[in-house]
Amino acid sequence: MTATTTGTVPVSDVDPFGHDALEDPLPMHAELRDAGPVVYLSRYDVHAFARYDEVHAALVDWQGFQSAAGVGLSNFRYEKPWRPPSLLLEADPPKHDAPRRVLQKVLGPRALRRLRERWSADADALVDEVLGRGSTFDAVPSLTSAFPLRVFPDAVGLPQEGRENLLPYSDHAFNAFGPGNGLVAKGAPRVGELSAWVAAQCRRDVLAPVGFGADIWAASDRGDITPEMAPLVVRSLLTAGVDTTVHALSAVLYAFATHPDQWARLRQEPSLARVAFDEAVRWESPVQTFFRTATTDVRVGDVVIPEGHKILMFLAAANRDPRRWTDPDAFDLSRDPSGHVGFGMGIHQCVGQHVARLEAESLLTALARRVRSIELAGPTKRHHNNTLRAWESIPVRVELDRS
Amino acid sequence: MTATAPPPTSLPADVAALRVTAKEIRADGVLTLELTAPSGGRLRDWTPGSHIDLTLPNGLTRQYSLCGDRRDPTTYRVGVLREPEGRGGSAFVHDALAVGDLVGVGGPRNNFPLVPSEQYLFVAGGIGITPILPMVRQADLVGADWRLLYGGRRRGSMAFLDELSGYGDRVLVRPEDEHGLLDLAGFLGEPRGGVRVYACGPAPLLAATEGACAGWPPHTLRTERFVADELGAPARSAAFEVELARTGATVTVTPEMTVLDALSRVGVEVLSSCRRGVCGTCETEVLAGRPDHRDALLDDDEREANDCMYVCVSRSRDERLVLDL
Repeated sequence: MTATTTGTVPVSDVDPFGHDALEDPLPMHAELRDAGPVVYLSRYDVHAFARYDEVHAALVDWQGFQSAAGVGLSNFRYEKPWRPPSLLLEADPPKHDAPRRVLQKVLGPRALRRLRERWSADADALVDEVLGRGSTFDAVPSLTSAFPLRVFPDAVGLPQEGRENLLPYSDHAFNAFGPGNGLVAKGAPRVGELSAWVAAQCRRDVLAPVGFGADIWAASDRGDITPEMAPLVVRSLLTAGVDTTVHALSAVLYAFATHPDQWARLRQEPSLARVAFDEAVRWESPVQTFFRTATTDVRVGDVVIPEGHKILMFLAAANRDPRRWTDPDAFDLSRDPSGHVGFGMGIHQCVGQHVARLEAESLLTALARRVRSIELAGPTKRHHNNTLRAWESIPVRVELDRS
Repeated sequence: MTATAPPPTSLPADVAALRVTAKEIRADGVLTLELTAPSGGRLRDWTPGSHIDLTLPNGLTRQYSLCGDRRDPTTYRVGVLREPEGRGGSAFVHDALAVGDLVGVGGPRNNFPLVPSEQYLFVAGGIGITPILPMVRQADLVGADWRLLYGGRRRGSMAFLDELSGYGDRVLVRPEDEHGLLDLAGFLGEPRGGVRVYACGPAPLLAATEGACAGWPPHTLRTERFVADELGAPARSAAFEVELARTGATVTVTPEMTVLDALSRVGVEVLSSCRRGVCGTCETEVLAGRPDHRDALLDDDEREANDCMYVCVSRSRDERLVLDL
């Protein structure tokens, strides 16, 4: 896994989607950052950006780095997507404009105000249930996957049946941004069944009369989007609205369980919950990578990336680039994490970021109220995904306030 | 508690002020301005129908539709009509504003978005062509079936005829001194579904278009009303105070710093992300005082409510703001 230079572009034969890299990507990130502002990945015939400046520049430059040819390895100019492309993620202006405008309003901070009290109560209830069962538990099933599943599908307006399909569907979708490796093959047997279930949940008559789904259909009634677009906009919520938050919550709880001094700070200043979550998103980068396609020859120093070629952006590497961050490997609540690219940046910046932050704030506040200390109670286990940084298991032990 | 300095890629100046880099006469009484970031960096993204708030060197704030090329991220173009009955904004732009001057900027915001449709009918009167021009470009780009009816007093007063000439007979140029009042009914044809009508121009034209569209399906027509003159108070250029309601502490915000910066200096960390007023992360509740909204998010009603602001870019119209912090 060494970077060599042929001509002017550094070359690496690393496999970012192989077992070793997925288990621990940090050494690879450091090597790619140090090799140069752009590195050619020979295994996949793509160019890669791992430094903050290049990743940030590519993210915000939708004119030069397009999404409509796919944001995974697959190039939609030549290959058929596995499902109809997302109108948000896999679209460029002008087609991207209306769906983005609608969903940004539906999921905006002002729209979420009505959920704040309810989610706070839900978090208290869940935390009480979990702590009531004992002081040692696995944070992933008990909290980080339980809480989003408790609050988000209701907020969308999904029926109760079939919600267990959300995580497997999303896991496959995020695997599918990578190469056709074993992780993608593993999801193939169920993809037809899961896709059909997801599509069925996007219909107007299935969604509750109040909720994000209903809001999207209301926008189509007003003509802000077409009726043909509405189901696909709802689909975006189902694909990207649960799995990502589960892994982000896992990241922040893992961060706290391994940094007791930071938990103590949060207990002292509960208003740090929002900063803590964004710092955890920077530190772990639940979404590790996305691709773009060059719409014109892109010059990076002496290197020219030809028009139509894929570019792999390492969001996670950018989020720990020492050129941008002081002491980047530290999880530190006194840091200002603003500018991290864990949610992306620019017109495609995660449209659900405010939802994720509200979920995290609710859960962290509820925990900080009752839990004096939190530490790992055993070895953690990763869950491998071509795009997501995820855990299967985070065993923790907590000490409660005497009440 | 210290926070790390704002990131080097954040350019607060570029969301606070732009430089006039071109000023060109387009027609009798109509000029265009080109505006770029002082650093030469990317401007905030926009969609057809968007407008920006410009705060002129004389303190007046005016809104202008963006009529340039959105694929050029470094430049905004706006069109400005000289309004003889105006309160000084357009006169200043025409007579006093010079290439090289800095202007304050807010937005872009879009109250007039181009929604997806297979067929568009565009109606523009006079300076109302400015938001319509990028819509025409976009409709053409996506291969929609579109027509533009463009009216004005006389040909010499109508801007962008050269840019529109490439579209052939999709564009109907109908100056009043040659054709009389616009034949809206003839242009629109029979009421039918699948059409979006966009109209911008003087109030009587909009009223006539609304009348002509009365029998059409709901949501067919969208109009943009140009307020001839902003009635608000001049923008504040002096320092102002921000009071933090939960602690009673106050902080002074001087002209070269953002509210976010000022808060950070006294140890109050409001989470932010884009630092350009586009993502919404730093939304903060306002309890008293009128913010000077410079963000790209709130619509007019939300702005007027004055119950929240985005502290990374927005400022204050009053001497004192009280925030729920």
